Amino acid sequence: MTQTDQRDAQASIEAGVARSRAGFATRLRGLLGGSPDADAWEEVEETLISADMGAELAVGVVARARARRDVIPEMAVRYELLELFAHRDAVPWPRKPAPGVPAVVLVVGVNGTGKTTTIGKLAHRFASRGARVLLAAGDTFRAAAIDQLRIWAQRVDVPLVAHAANADPSAVVYDAMDAAVARGTDVVIVDTAGRLHTKSNLMEELSKIRRTIAKRIPEAQPEVLFVLDATTGQNGLTQARAFHESAGLTGIALTKLDSTARGGVAFSIEQALGIPVLFVGVGERMEDLLDFRPDDFVAALFG
Amino acid sequence: MFDALSDRLRDALGKLTGRGRITEADVEVAMREVRLALLEADVNYRVVKDFVARVRERAIGAEILANVNAGQMVIKIVGDELTAVLGAGDRTFRLTGSPAVVMLVGLQGSGKTTSAAKLARHIVRLGRQPMLVAADPYRPAAVDQLRTLGKGLEIPVWSSPPGTAVLDIARAGIAEAKRIGRDVLILDTAGRLTVDETLMEEIRVLGGALQPSETLLVVDAMVGQESVTVAEAFREAVSITGLILTKVDGDARGGAALSISAVSGVPVKFLGTGERTDALEPFHADRLAGRILGMGDVLTLVERAQETFDEKQSEQLAQKLRKNAFTLDDFLEQMQQLKKMGPLGSIMEMIPGMGGAAKQAQQAVDRGDLTRVEAIIRSMTRHERQEPAVLNASRRRRIARGSGTSLPEVNRLIKQFGEMQRMMRQLSGGGRMPAIPGLRRR
Repeated sequence: MTQTDQRDAQASIEAGVARSRAGFATRLRGLLGGSPDADAWEEVEETLISADMGAELAVGVVARARARRDVIPEMAVRYELLELFAHRDAVPWPRKPAPGVPAVVLVVGVNGTGKTTTIGKLAHRFASRGARVLLAAGDTFRAAAIDQLRIWAQRVDVPLVAHAANADPSAVVYDAMDAAVARGTDVVIVDTAGRLHTKSNLMEELSKIRRTIAKRIPEAQPEVLFVLDATTGQNGLTQARAFHESAGLTGIALTKLDSTARGGVAFSIEQALGIPVLFVGVGERMEDLLDFRPDDFVAALFG
Repeated sequence: MFDALSDRLRDALGKLTGRGRITEADVEVAMREVRLALLEADVNYRVVKDFVARVRERAIGAEILANVNAGQMVIKIVGDELTAVLGAGDRTFRLTGSPAVVMLVGLQGSGKTTSAAKLARHIVRLGRQPMLVAADPYRPAAVDQLRTLGKGLEIPVWSSPPGTAVLDIARAGIAEAKRIGRDVLILDTAGRLTVDETLMEEIRVLGGALQPSETLLVVDAMVGQESVTVAEAFREAVSITGLILTKVDGDARGGAALSISAVSGVPVKFLGTGERTDALEPFHADRLAGRILGMGDVLTLVERAQETFDEKQSEQLAQKLRKNAFTLDDFLEQMQQLKKMGPLGSIMEMIPGMGGAAKQAQQAVDRGDLTRVEAIIRSMTRHERQEPAVLNASRRRRIARGSGTSLPEVNRLIKQFGEMQRMMRQLSGGGRMPAIPGLRRR
């Protein structure tokens, strides 16, 4: 993504959600200005809960911030929030395997979080940086999912490996790996069907897809990207945990952040599972996928 | 759904039961727990505040605390308040006008298109003739998705070329419905963000021009604190007559339903309970409140059973049970019938006290345990199914090979079936449900 694009997209979120954000931020700053009393602290707690942070986490953050004497209250809350984020390695994403071996990104999540759209945006991001990208249509279940990915592949101008509807997703993945090796692809992005994390047979299917990748390209260290809708509440943590167990997550994309939602459940996930949020989706255009930075995310809560 | 919420509420309130008299401090402790339970279930924090305040006020009334069953009464108050919140508004599903127009609106990814297909199927069962209209010109392949679903249900789908304004799509759809004699129009609109003023204006115009007899807001059960903001924004644009709560078959705690109903009084009308097009349930507030508090939902179970089992078959089965002539064939048939009622886990959830076993049963199904049982029985001869006593070692080995299972599995099934027959003899109908063979405990 070019710098102008990044600025444009940033401007579009700022314009789109400014009003709802402003109310939230004003409230937080108002409560934390000067020396907040017990009621004000309780309201801070509620405000954090209203951002989907989860009651227990919010209670903890407020208690620790209140106890701090080294900084003013607003900074105390900011610091405590930043503490919740997982450690971030300073390595490129996706990890670059051995020379000549394609990097593989497996994209997973529950239904309707925006997996296919995120894949389109990722493809654009990698391709515009000169990488040879290949898409694999592993969602063979949802009606028209393959068509949707094909439209994205055409839009971004990258090749697509697809089978017919209802085909075995592992077979699609196997062929995609073959094609990637044959074409000298840099990054393969694999779409998967949305699945509720409570369906054990579908979760097992994800493990199988991982095994298929390992079988065809043993040197590949697949990145597994969990796509999370920012409007999701506390169930997001349960989802992440289940997907982590069956697929081994290495990153999170937080989508639909151009809504009024604040995606606070990301704090819970980072804190509990140590999986970093890497990208945020902020719109419908292919440029609308930004790098996630904890400082910016926390700063945005305060306006 | 609601599992975790009910577990936590039961924990919080459990401390109040079996204790006789309780103090105001006891109620305070329980209310703090109830508050956390509701917040972790994604009930909007303002709704939680009101809810807890109301329960506390009623619970601390002198006449309750003095009562020897105070704990039970507090639980009853929580149940009443839950029912009151969830039961708000009118849940009648109205189809008036010719054609009657049902409009679905919601955020992206909430499940509008799948819900449109499910609703179409539901409307067919009501004896009406629906037509689906793809009013989403934005999402790539949205029209294809609706077409595929419509084809599977043999319900016509109307769409217009890309670039057509939605109001024109809808008007053309109405004309087409009249022409081909369809009396209900289901409008699947595009997913939109509430901050997108252009798209919100679009449904405002659509709602104003078409005056739908139902405008249903489709809400994902996993939505967090924003549910109320979202619902209010949609309500400002169109007059919402009800909610469809989707992805209820996950383990989300459904606080969204509670929150939206509490704030706006808009009732939940349907629950989406699975990916298949028949996975749509009408919503009953009192029954759901019961499920939340872990009291089961026998009424829905009975209705489902009545829809699925035909009376004659049931009578024959009862006869057989009485005469002790229940065979593996009958068992196989029962399994098929049970399958038609829906996912085993969701059926067992409705049985009081079976909430915990439900998850295990569903896992067993997901692992394919029941399919294996079916394969074993189908690999038996007629004679063997009628009289399992003839199953000697060599027959059992043949069955294991034929069904692609193993000898221990065949042995286990035969043994469990024997136990089941014995239990049925003892119960001779009625009483507790016997364990279903093939379901291993984990």
